[in-house]
Amino acid sequence: MSHEIVEQNGGVQSLVLVGLCTRGVPLAQRIQRAITTFEPAGVPCGQLDITLYRDDLFDGRVLELHETELPTDISGASVVLVDDVLFTGRTIRAALDAVMDYGRPKSIELAVLVDRGHRELPIRANFVGKNVPTARDENVEVRVSEIDGCDEVVITRRSEES
Amino acid sequence: MIEAVERPNGKLAEIETGLTAPWVGRKHVLDLDDFSQEEIHAVLETADRMKEVLARPIRRVPALRGRSIVNLFYEASTRTRVSFEVAAKNLGADVVNVSASGSSVEKGETLLDTVRTLRALGADLLVMRHNHSGAPYTVASHADIPVVNAGDGTHAHPTQALLDAYTIRERFGKIEGLRVLIIGDIAHSRVARSNAWGLRALGAEVTFCGPPTLLPPTTLSSEGDSPWDVGVDMDLDHAIEGVDVVMPLRVQLERQEGSRLASLRGYARDYAITRARLARAAPHAIVMHPGPMNEGVEIDADVAHGLQSVVQDQVSNGVAIRMAVLYLLMAATHGGARGRASGPSVAPLANGIEHVSAAQRRS
Repeated sequence: MSHEIVEQNGGVQSLVLVGLCTRGVPLAQRIQRAITTFEPAGVPCGQLDITLYRDDLFDGRVLELHETELPTDISGASVVLVDDVLFTGRTIRAALDAVMDYGRPKSIELAVLVDRGHRELPIRANFVGKNVPTARDENVEVRVSEIDGCDEVVITRRSEES
Repeated sequence: MIEAVERPNGKLAEIETGLTAPWVGRKHVLDLDDFSQEEIHAVLETADRMKEVLARPIRRVPALRGRSIVNLFYEASTRTRVSFEVAAKNLGADVVNVSASGSSVEKGETLLDTVRTLRALGADLLVMRHNHSGAPYTVASHADIPVVNAGDGTHAHPTQALLDAYTIRERFGKIEGLRVLIIGDIAHSRVARSNAWGLRALGAEVTFCGPPTLLPPTTLSSEGDSPWDVGVDMDLDHAIEGVDVVMPLRVQLERQEGSRLASLRGYARDYAITRARLARAAPHAIVMHPGPMNEGVEIDADVAHGLQSVVQDQVSNGVAIRMAVLYLLMAATHGGARGRASGPSVAPLANGIEHVSAAQRRS
């Protein structure tokens, strides 16, 4: 996927990786490290918390805010958003709004580890690790060693309440 | 760079669910006496995130889009009202400012009727300042919307205490173990009271200092029935020795019934923070003031605007703190998704009012 991202963008110039909190952040850092192995110049990598842009913000929880840190001015940059699972597309909608508030990037692309379908908005990923057909009432959980202590993708059937 | 994911394995998940969890179930912010240390920390951490929002080219997020926040002010205020207004607007909320003068309050409308009217007009959260101590509690016990106390009489000013705690933490990196000296008109100061609750909960050592006529009677009692676990010292030159935070309060000339002060000049001689007095505090000490300042009375101009003064930081941190409080309280109280009725625990304010639902208002 790292090669794909660099090829599509014609090099690493003006490329900025932005991981979406929380699981997208370690994934973006891994892509950054992978790119460094064949493009020594490397690419900047930041993280974005989209909680304040969600369209389902107050559904009964008090949501934690995470740190947002973008390494460079993103105006004119080719931003690649990185997330773990692409589902309804609502997170990405929020992320697009959030990124736009930081500047006017030349382009925004999306890289996800898992695309599980069931889109509710006209959004697609540019780079997909794996397409996983799922049922709507299933949960797809990506676990990464940086946060969860192991690397795995788990599909579980959702309990009735949600 | 990314602190969150570099923590030891498994710890992040714990932090995610833990930090804002104490806010679940909170209905109002009236004073800090019912705040746990964890709840205060949740505000301070959330304010860190809000401060980052304030540093962006576009200082507005849509978190409270479509929500209506009413600032109901029965008493003069510049910084607090504007601070709440800016905070609410930065979160994308609609803000309505109502002041007692120029409103139906002048026609004799009661406090609760005013609140019912504002509720019927679509208020989702009420920020309230009142010249009578306890007024926000009356409203909170009758209204079905969250209330934030923006200062009530001589009683409490919780968001000021939170922004003071935030400013101290920003300068020292911690609050626990610091020595904080609050000087002046303690008896009339809602700032001193709320700070005593908040700073003690966070583990600071707090001392009240002032002439006996301006200290709360309970703190002077030898019985030890003061509600605050604070020290009391009437001698400023002694009390200021080695402290980390010096917080002179405004001499509230509008609240001095009778003559509690023999003379302003005498007060300034004994209790003004001058450069000479500040030199007795710790070398790294900071000077705070809730504003507005009477320069030359409780604080000298060169101290108020000197290198150790963090008065301007207090004002700008106030916006981040109020954004955090509004966000956390709205999230804690608006359990239903947008447009849906709130949880069953919320009773309608009165027949015929609740049907002005959030969905209708937004359509």
